[in-house]
Amino acid sequence: MSLRLAIGSRKGLLLYTAEGDDWRYDGVSFRATPVTMMLRDPRDGCLYVALEHGHFGPKLHRSDDDGATWREIATPAFAKSDEADAPAVKQIWALEAAGADQPGVIWAGTMPAAMFRSHDKGESWQLNDAFWALPERTQWFGGGNDAAVIHSVSIHPENSAKVALAISCGGVWQTADGGASWQNTSKGLWAAYMPPEKREDPNVQDPHRLVRCTADPDRLYVQHHNAVFGSADGGQQWQTLSEAFGFAVAAHPQDPLTAWFVPAEKDEFRLPRDEDFCITKTDDGGKTFRRITKGLPPKPAFDLVLRHALDVDRTGRRLAFGSTTGNLWISSDAGEGWKLLSGHLPPVYCVRMLE
Amino acid sequence: MARISFTAHLRKIAPAGATQVQAPTLGRALSEIFARAPKLKGYVVDEQDRLRRHVVIFVNGMRLAPVGWADVALHDDDDVYVMQALSGG
Repeated sequence: MSLRLAIGSRKGLLLYTAEGDDWRYDGVSFRATPVTMMLRDPRDGCLYVALEHGHFGPKLHRSDDDGATWREIATPAFAKSDEADAPAVKQIWALEAAGADQPGVIWAGTMPAAMFRSHDKGESWQLNDAFWALPERTQWFGGGNDAAVIHSVSIHPENSAKVALAISCGGVWQTADGGASWQNTSKGLWAAYMPPEKREDPNVQDPHRLVRCTADPDRLYVQHHNAVFGSADGGQQWQTLSEAFGFAVAAHPQDPLTAWFVPAEKDEFRLPRDEDFCITKTDDGGKTFRRITKGLPPKPAFDLVLRHALDVDRTGRRLAFGSTTGNLWISSDAGEGWKLLSGHLPPVYCVRMLE
Repeated sequence: MARISFTAHLRKIAPAGATQVQAPTLGRALSEIFARAPKLKGYVVDEQDRLRRHVVIFVNGMRLAPVGWADVALHDDDDVYVMQALSGG
């Protein structure tokens, strides 16, 4: 199949198809409905889209024909309870497919911070009870949202029983046994926004986004609320790579030392520092970062790139990102130069290369 | 029987036009409709059967409170509208 590009926006799902180094616009699905997450399952080509209807709550749809038609499937949901404060899923913010060793299995991360697993391509969902029962849950809190939220789920490419996730705000958690038990793996993360004695508390950390290098699965990157962190040992220990604020990070799928970031000014501002927009790139594992502006707008630019709005293809050559001000940029040279694909989109929530 | 209508935004999954329902309470009446249109339920209430935050119900022109609506008694010729609150941009 051709490489496609999906843009989850405030006003629907936009699809593009690669034509050489350029992209052809194919149209919009779920017109006017906010799209919070998108997934293409590389095992069977099925597309999944998470919607947030606002009035009518979160919903999931699946396409078995590459986006030509869509069908609403089950929405992850908590069990019915008579307790007054019984939880309800407010948003689906992470969707990931397990590996070839678990066909049909999809994980969903939600707000409030819960993990749901489907074994049948989203026709039904089961709450991961072990994660929901963690006593540390009471220490988590919402970062810019009403409740703590799972926004990143990263499944080990060689072993689907190993799953990492990140919570705003609740740190990085991992399971090595398919979700039977979970450990907080936030050692080395620190929180500038907490009192000194709580600074290194693993349950108050605000990782904005967690990504993994496919070829070197122990190499992880986190764009945190107050810093960029990296780990070379599967998240057992994190190192501070820079003190940049931002939301988005993309890891090169083949080169563990390369990653891209979109810095912004923390945290009451949430816009480019001095309204001067750039991408940063490291190709030495975070020892140094290069500031890239080729093809990006001159001052003033108020573009903010949200955590899911940057993606890279399998080769590490093609990238795309979109901003809250409706601009969409593409690169075909590993992020060294950029081209504006559209400057007139709705606010962009999610960008995904569909491969 | 009471007549129950849904906002046009739900036209793809809700019954078309007003649905006649014989039920003692609004909660029972909606349950009957949800049984006929299962997808509709999740759009009106969450998994705890709480009215979604931006959905409002009117009975004979009176807006119901978001809590306790399911116990409101229904009578013959009551007109019920399940609408969305106006919000967003």
